[in-house]
Amino acid sequence: MPIPVHLQGQKPIASQEAPAVFAVVGNPNSGKTTLFNALTGLRQKVANYPGVTVERKEGVCYSQHGKPIRIIDLPGAYSLSARSPDEAIMQDVLLGRRPDTPRPDAVICVLDASNVERHLFLATQVLEIGLPVIIVLNMMDLAAKRGLKVNAEKLSRALGVTVVAAQANKGDGLTALRIAMSRADLKASPWRCPVPQLFSRGMDEMQKSLRETSNYGPRRAYPEAFLLLTDEPRMAVPGSEPLSTATTELAHTWQKRLDQEIPGWRSELVVLRYNEIGTLVREVVQRINPEAPGISERIDRYLLHPVWGFLVLGTVLGMLFFSIFSLAAPLMDAIDGLTGWVGGLLAQAMPAGDLRNLVVDGVVAGVGGVVIFLPQILLLFFFIGLLENTGYMARAAFLLDRVMSKVGLHGKSFIPLLSSYACTIPGIMATRTIESPKDRLVTILVAPFMTCSARLPVYLLMIATLVPVGTAPAALKAGLLLMLYALGTGGAFFFAWFFKKTLLKGVTPSLVMELPAYRMPAWLDVLREMGERAVVFLKNAGTVILGLSILLWFLMNFPKAPAGEEHSQLSYSMAGKIGRVMEPVMQPLGFDWRINIGVVGSFAAREIFVSTMAITYNVDNVDDDNNTSLVESLHTQKRADGSPVFTPLTCLSLMVFYVFALQCTSTLAVVRRETNSWRWPLFMLGYMTTVAWVGAFIVYQGGRLLGFH
Amino acid sequence: MSHLARKLSELRPGETGVVSAFAAINAECLRLQEMGLLPGTEVRFLRKAPLGDPLEIELRGYCLTLRKKEADCVLIGASA
Repeated sequence: MPIPVHLQGQKPIASQEAPAVFAVVGNPNSGKTTLFNALTGLRQKVANYPGVTVERKEGVCYSQHGKPIRIIDLPGAYSLSARSPDEAIMQDVLLGRRPDTPRPDAVICVLDASNVERHLFLATQVLEIGLPVIIVLNMMDLAAKRGLKVNAEKLSRALGVTVVAAQANKGDGLTALRIAMSRADLKASPWRCPVPQLFSRGMDEMQKSLRETSNYGPRRAYPEAFLLLTDEPRMAVPGSEPLSTATTELAHTWQKRLDQEIPGWRSELVVLRYNEIGTLVREVVQRINPEAPGISERIDRYLLHPVWGFLVLGTVLGMLFFSIFSLAAPLMDAIDGLTGWVGGLLAQAMPAGDLRNLVVDGVVAGVGGVVIFLPQILLLFFFIGLLENTGYMARAAFLLDRVMSKVGLHGKSFIPLLSSYACTIPGIMATRTIESPKDRLVTILVAPFMTCSARLPVYLLMIATLVPVGTAPAALKAGLLLMLYALGTGGAFFFAWFFKKTLLKGVTPSLVMELPAYRMPAWLDVLREMGERAVVFLKNAGTVILGLSILLWFLMNFPKAPAGEEHSQLSYSMAGKIGRVMEPVMQPLGFDWRINIGVVGSFAAREIFVSTMAITYNVDNVDDDNNTSLVESLHTQKRADGSPVFTPLTCLSLMVFYVFALQCTSTLAVVRRETNSWRWPLFMLGYMTTVAWVGAFIVYQGGRLLGFH
Repeated sequence: MSHLARKLSELRPGETGVVSAFAAINAECLRLQEMGLLPGTEVRFLRKAPLGDPLEIELRGYCLTLRKKEADCVLIGASA
């Protein structure tokens, strides 16, 4: 099997044979990620499975003999059924259905020792896949605290596979696990769950068909047959091998027959499995003292309390928001300053000309425009990591689910949307905490409606133009600003509801999940996740943002203005031409071609609108905080027919346009990275621009009909 | 007072009961069953979320959250 390029350089010894591949599986909250991190250290690689939005994590660890072992971290799941793409990927990788991923040679199945019974549901399903399995009994400390003694040896004997007791967060049991992984004679388990007789006959026929039509060996045919029969509807993901039609049809025929002859046969399979697990648990787990209410339950009496619960949640979310909104600001200013300083140095070092402008204003400013997002991304993912690690994230979703489920979303969509008030980039990256891909997508599609901080300078300029100083109480301005925030938020919720009803039709995602026991955060895992997100952003989105910002620089600087006209470079440029070409389309909104240039320029960053307006209206001094000179200048601008440009209606129309329009290349780049294609960012650009146009049209033309100017 | 086949969602906070049956056979119910919520399983109703939905229950030594709609199809037999 071929070794990916990125891993080749990391082999310490020259070994001819391909490294073994292990897959790590387990329930959410089993400590799977901590274990994966402990095994692979920093030798990790994050990418997407081709064609799907599921993230693929792979790392390398070394056996006792120094041989490299590839480890694939599969998405966490409660069972092997494929109801979502995450779960389908897990199934497909384990069964070797994906050409982009080798079938694992063995599986590491991580169990929470304090909750063996439910975790064995997935574990026994994994055993039946026929691959050699190592079971890791993780969180032995937590089990002991709960008065449970889990006998690893007995479990190993009962299941016929190696069982390792561990505490991955403290590094205990890792050596034993590595030794087990190094053994050449790892065994597959003979364990099989009893099934109803008719189901067994269906299994026989299915296996026969699979062996004949797809050339499967018996070890692969059994789990294939089992999962094909039980999964319904099977979630097929792009990039996985399709099955022969004969087999698929046979599976349907048998499902129908089972439905008729054993109503509720799927439930019966679950019951039979839990019966077996029950017998196993009585043998293996010993209760030392009767259970007292756990610490987590006592904490939850406060944290999920109607009053205290929301107070704590409000404080936590307030801190999260404050940190990305305010705490990140000095860091971003510093990056901004640094970019300016580097640009200044280069400007001095290089001879004047287009190349210097490209390097300073295109490349350096573009790189600065990418790096500037890092403080917010790092801070947000520090908080998210902390919330997930301690178990509070599930509680936040529990408290907020009612609000979000009203528009068909999951409680977990709240944090990405809240973060988007500061900046859509980290907000969209935070959607990865949402398990259901459809809901992740809906949240991504509406996140840019949340008023981000880059819109604020535009709003402030327009409000100042609309309500000149001293003509109205400050409360009116604040009220206007609040309305704009409300409009954006309302738009986000409306379109979330709309998409869930139409384009991405689907039931409100299930909230069936464990509320895990509270734990102390594993700081290393939190920091690692933070760093990983930053790297993913820089590598996958940063490059696109840089490319787009250089493209924008070209649009705004070429073709060149004739000598003596340099100050109106923008109107001579491609961007200026685009502004003019757009005039017939934007006229009904009350925008003239100069405003259009500002709208085009906003794609680099919305706040650029302010400086673009200063440039197009040839205002030199815009450094004062209130934009006084710019506001005055805007007031005096006249259209060709002599009427003022910035009438109150134009200002309102422009603000409404900015509430809804997706004018941000960075957002497009990050959506491309998160959805793994250009389709969705382009769709977003289209629908949001349409909404913005219609909104501004209604305001401007409606206002005129009512007799305003 | 005898409770014949109450819904799981109708239990009071702190009350325990035993699952007697499922009112429907669908994907959601199957997911609950895979989580260990089966006929004969003892559950303790812990709480409703402050806004009335979702619910939190305890079973097999762990805490599970589910929406009221999902809990509606789980029937609880007469408590012992």
